[in-house]
Amino acid sequence: MNDSSRLHSDTPSAATLPSLSELFRAFVIVSISGFGGALPWARRKIVEQKGWMTAEEFNEAFALSQFLPGPNVVNFSVVFGSRFGGAPGAAVALAGLMGPPLIIVFVLAVLYAHFGDLEVLSRILAGITAAAVGLLMAVVAKMAAPLFRVRRDWAPFVAIAAFTGVAIMHWPLPWVFLVLAPVSVACAWFKR
Amino acid sequence: MNENPLLTLAGYFALLSLFAVGGANAAIPEMHRIAVDVMHWMNDRQFADMFAIAQVSPGPNIIIVTLIGYHVAGFAGAAVATAAMCGPTCLMAFFVARTWDRFKEARWRIAIQAGLVPVSLGLIAASAFVLARSADHNIYAAAITAVTAVVGFATRINPLWIFAAGGLLGLSGWL
Repeated sequence: MNDSSRLHSDTPSAATLPSLSELFRAFVIVSISGFGGALPWARRKIVEQKGWMTAEEFNEAFALSQFLPGPNVVNFSVVFGSRFGGAPGAAVALAGLMGPPLIIVFVLAVLYAHFGDLEVLSRILAGITAAAVGLLMAVVAKMAAPLFRVRRDWAPFVAIAAFTGVAIMHWPLPWVFLVLAPVSVACAWFKR
Repeated sequence: MNENPLLTLAGYFALLSLFAVGGANAAIPEMHRIAVDVMHWMNDRQFADMFAIAQVSPGPNIIIVTLIGYHVAGFAGAAVATAAMCGPTCLMAFFVARTWDRFKEARWRIAIQAGLVPVSLGLIAASAFVLARSADHNIYAAAITAVTAVVGFATRINPLWIFAAGGLLGLSGWL
């Protein structure tokens, strides 16, 4: 265990601190139980079962992970791991989160390469995709509700512009982002 | 295109990882644009299949890049795509995490956080749109999507049940 990395962090207020192997095992469990998104499992494990973070600390760390670009749960494993174990902690948490799913998905990739053209398989996958798209729409609706309610009147325009640019115009994401993100942040800055 | 596919994968996904606010779901349209429209690595249906496989696999949904990478260049492609998608953003997370708490109350931080939410919302909506176009090719598939959207919005049911139901309906030959 790396002592200096623990010292650098002023945050952990929870009584118990995980060791590197505990961190690894926790994120292995989070990853393999997290069908359809690993976040609820991460919360259950870290806040409710282990008490490594309070609910507020968890929300704070997760807000940061969401705000950073890239996969949220992956960011979260790095933020969480580094808070408790510095760079080794981050590496161990990330390895625990990504290791088992990678092994499973490698197997699935090989199977798909061999059987992807089977009629039965493509029918099943079509059904799953149709359902998954519906869930995605539910996520959009849940995210949109507070934006349209709160007094952030610019937000719907930014959301619609991002949607139009990417989905309708097929513009590359980096361009859309580089135009809209500064505008949106500026609006948030002056609106307060 | 006679570039080394591994370099292409690494370049595209590393760039994408830096702009994907909102996580894997926000990155879907850009992945689709690159894999289907620009590079012609796969067709619409194959992309939708990989999305479905990533959804029902345990772990982060970003694992779709592993499937795309494998499709393009085997195991090496899978490894390169995954590392490119996670590497830059992990490094960023690591360094930002050390300073972030200090700016908890800073106005610029609050503005950035509030400003990025509608961007990710638009991107995730675009994902739903892009995927719906390849998935909902008939009235039954569209009906599954509609019902799932309502159920997902109104309840906290485990998505695995919804995927199982969708897969069964697909198997039964309705789609």
